[in-house]
Amino acid sequence: MAQILPHAQFQPSDTVDFVIVGSGAAGGIIAKELSTAGFSVVVLEQGPRLTESQFDHDEFDTFKRSHNCNDPVTQPQTFRATPHDKAKKALSLIYGRLVGGSNAHFTGNFWRLRPSDFNEASVLGAMKGTGLADWPITYEELEPYYTKAEWELGVSGEPGPFDPPRSRPYPMPPLPVKSSGVLLERGARALGLHPQPTPMAINSQSYNGRPACQHCGFCLFFMCEFRSKSTSMATMLPLAEATGRCEIRPDSYVARVETGPDGRATGVTYFGAGKQLQMQHARAVVLCANGAETPRLLLNSESSRFPHGLGNSSGLVGKYLMFNTYFGVNAQFEHPLNEFKSVQNTRMVLDFYETDPRRGFYGGGGIDARFGRYPISFALEGLPPGSPEWGEDFARTLTEQFPRTMLFATHGTSMPLEANSITLDPQLKDAWGLPCMRVTYKDHPDDLKCSAFLTSHAMEIARAAGALKMWAEPIRPQTQGVHLLGTCRMGNDPRMSVVDRYHRTHDVPNLFICDGSSMVTSSRGQPTATISALAFRAGEHIAAFARRGEI
Amino acid sequence: MDDIYDRRTFLRAAAAAGAAWAAADVAELEEALAWAARQVEANGATSLNVLKTAEAGVIDAMTSRIVPSVDGKPGAHEAGVVYFIDRALATFNADQKKLFAEGIANLNRRAARRWKAASFTALTTAEQDELLHAIEKTPFFKAVRLNTIVGTFALPAWGGNRDYAGWHLLGFEHQPRFQPPFGYYDADINRRS
Repeated sequence: MAQILPHAQFQPSDTVDFVIVGSGAAGGIIAKELSTAGFSVVVLEQGPRLTESQFDHDEFDTFKRSHNCNDPVTQPQTFRATPHDKAKKALSLIYGRLVGGSNAHFTGNFWRLRPSDFNEASVLGAMKGTGLADWPITYEELEPYYTKAEWELGVSGEPGPFDPPRSRPYPMPPLPVKSSGVLLERGARALGLHPQPTPMAINSQSYNGRPACQHCGFCLFFMCEFRSKSTSMATMLPLAEATGRCEIRPDSYVARVETGPDGRATGVTYFGAGKQLQMQHARAVVLCANGAETPRLLLNSESSRFPHGLGNSSGLVGKYLMFNTYFGVNAQFEHPLNEFKSVQNTRMVLDFYETDPRRGFYGGGGIDARFGRYPISFALEGLPPGSPEWGEDFARTLTEQFPRTMLFATHGTSMPLEANSITLDPQLKDAWGLPCMRVTYKDHPDDLKCSAFLTSHAMEIARAAGALKMWAEPIRPQTQGVHLLGTCRMGNDPRMSVVDRYHRTHDVPNLFICDGSSMVTSSRGQPTATISALAFRAGEHIAAFARRGEI
Repeated sequence: MDDIYDRRTFLRAAAAAGAAWAAADVAELEEALAWAARQVEANGATSLNVLKTAEAGVIDAMTSRIVPSVDGKPGAHEAGVVYFIDRALATFNADQKKLFAEGIANLNRRAARRWKAASFTALTTAEQDELLHAIEKTPFFKAVRLNTIVGTFALPAWGGNRDYAGWHLLGFEHQPRFQPPFGYYDADINRRS
């Protein structure tokens, strides 16, 4: 395993340059950028620190005990579709709760946004009843950081015909195509579409001292024991710690961002492993806790000076929550695909990415070809409606169809809607006594229309690929999310956004936020590349501000 | 046990694995592979904690009808699912003890009433199927079905899926590494490249 290095250790009473809350896609990158720039950094992570020898392939545990994710017992949530409904206890949001964050167990999809994602509001016009807005930055401004993310983390891919301009090729060629990818290509080409390799943050060859993917098949919801998945945990955190200036402190659950009489952040208070409350002092605070925990933390940090929560003079903290849409088309083929081998997906179609007003709805999306279901999930929900549920025909059908089934997954836009939000539940408290998050979410009708449109195209692709049987998951309003976006959106106008174009909060000069919450629009479904690019850009700017004494 | 699950076999495979591995940090990879080999060691339970022997017989018979052995493939019985269910009742499904005890007693009563059988286990498989169809909407049957599926297909460490019986049924292989081609449709392209 990796060499043991003398890592930095700070006392909570030490005033470090930066305290970062969260160690996922954004937190890891910013920790690495700031510590290599010479600053002292403490990263607080609410979850434990696991090593490769503790990673498992336990599908049952992913359902039963939420498997290294937020725990519904100690951290319950409530859910309601609209503000007029009564919120009920429900597991609505799922995110990684360990050093490495959700990024540690993600699929590896690494789509860039396109130029149009940044200015759709001005190109298409405002959309009544929504918060559709332009980003304060353009694709051109972010492009160098997409490239940096692809090269520093390690991404395998090959540009497709609709890809936005790039300043460098992918650092690694695509991963070997799977049967699902071959079938998607076959079906899509027959329909005149343009399939392309899915860009994946998984090594197709040995890269930066980490081995190539071994194709074990456990990516989604699992951590990679080979370190072949190019996560922030495998790539950035070791570099941050190697500076000797960065401490990753696990089991540290942040309760509040503290502010002084001058309205500046002074650090954060957090519960350690024994639930004892302590304060980490810092010259500046960076929140990278994800699009749900970041707004909850700001709302929990209310004070007499900031009665509606910290950084919330706009009233927009927690608002415009976006999940992206995700609906699947299942398909059975004549011969075995053995989709349980290798990465989740290897080919995708982005022909329907751009908004086309002729379709009659805003938004667009992509369709990829993937494994879909591990054994237990397959036996419970992988057969077409009306299939036998027990008995000899059930067993026979499982044997026949498990190797022959794949999923065409559709990924689409979520409109930013003010009512869709993270707020504090007025009654429910977590095991630490902190107000729980209340999720309010209902897909915009256009997002469901877009999903139906994408699903019908996925059905056509499956048919053209020669599927013997195919069936679509019903399109209905989503009640669960794993992409947690938009809840502290960036913008130039302090009345209309929470952070500025450099991720500094409009209200508190030494408080920065960078994670999925920064995104102004949801794009089409795969946010990690963008969160990573934003984090590299934010890290660079925050370091420059600090060097110039502008924090 | 299949020798693919043997640790040394893995390490030999690792040493002989070719280009993708050549440049990798071999020490680290060996450790990852050794870990992965431990993961795939079968670990089925063999003793009962909650269910009495006669009750376990009824549950075992039920699981055998829910995921039966067909066409020479193992089923839930071969996977030792009754031990998974027993262990679950002793731990994370403790709140279902009553549901199971009453469900089993009810099933035996029905068997006695209809066929004058001493127990559900004394019925023919056709009679068992008939009885199970009659109760398939009940919470008891639904719980046994769910637990049978989970116990058949979860990691053996949970007490079922003995010798990977459930995964053999599915054609699912648990190995730390595969090489392309993976399936029928990518065979040509991956052999060419």
